[in-house]
Amino acid sequence: MARVVVDVMLKPEILDPQGQAVHRALPRLGFEGIADVRQGKRFELEVEGPLDDAALARIHEMAETFLANTVIEDFTVRVDS
Amino acid sequence: MTATSSTAAGPTGLGNARIGVVTFPGTLDDRDTQRAIRLAGGEAVELWHRDKDLKQVDAVVLAGGFSYGDYLRAGAISRFSPVMEMIIEGARQGLPVLGICNGFQILTESHLLPGAMLRNNHLHFICRDQRLRVENADTAWTNSYEAGQEISIPLKNIDGRYVADERTLDELEAEGRVAFRYLGMNPNGSLRDIAGITNAAGNVVGLMPHPEHAVEPLIGTGRTDGLGFFTSVLKQLVSA
Repeated sequence: MARVVVDVMLKPEILDPQGQAVHRALPRLGFEGIADVRQGKRFELEVEGPLDDAALARIHEMAETFLANTVIEDFTVRVDS
Repeated sequence: MTATSSTAAGPTGLGNARIGVVTFPGTLDDRDTQRAIRLAGGEAVELWHRDKDLKQVDAVVLAGGFSYGDYLRAGAISRFSPVMEMIIEGARQGLPVLGICNGFQILTESHLLPGAMLRNNHLHFICRDQRLRVENADTAWTNSYEAGQEISIPLKNIDGRYVADERTLDELEAEGRVAFRYLGMNPNGSLRDIAGITNAAGNVVGLMPHPEHAVEPLIGTGRTDGLGFFTSVLKQLVSA
């Protein structure tokens, strides 16, 4: 079965306080040298049937209308091989 | 679950106006909202998320809570429920719709209102009485107030930070569509202190604070500042 990965990230201009909280914790835990952290979501889709252009188009539509809120988030769709 | 309705002859004698209150799995404030509607003089009609008709209601309130556990994003899954399809269609034709807290999140996810709600900038759940300024007193849900009036109603959420791009914010300001603004300290990092907005027609209004928890002097803030939302829509329906 083919796997498609959809990554969803807050747009660069949107404040990400969760990422900031992770970033602030790093020095305390001994992890140095990280300039910034942004937190996002990853969806792994197990696709039934052939992964053709039509199937990928549907997944793109799913990501755009449901998995991501494009008012605040960007997304990428890629086939995991 | 079957839908039932209850009537109370309200003080304003508008007991025949039917206001639907939607219950999703995870909704918390539906009962308080029904009670607020009855106190204002309307008839509260229960709507279930799977309902495929709106039971001839004259207006709808999307109550607060954590519908579908806020999974994915607050309001993201609720937006695709059967009842929301009816409400989105109705709202576009002028049906008065009020979204409170999670209801506001559902309205932005439905694109009935612009922008989006994000995690509070301080990452904490906040629960307190909140002072607001009513900026627009011409909507279906605010016509009982005066423009510029200050009210105090409870605020309780963790995803209350209103965001939209600069162009949308400028548009909202220019068209008088910022309906409520936070007074005092901004509780969550909402851009331009926005607590609630309206659509251009004034029938769809969303806000994060909870008017339905401030309708009786004995509980909540000890004031009845929230009752005006519900008397507003009843007034609007009678004059329509």
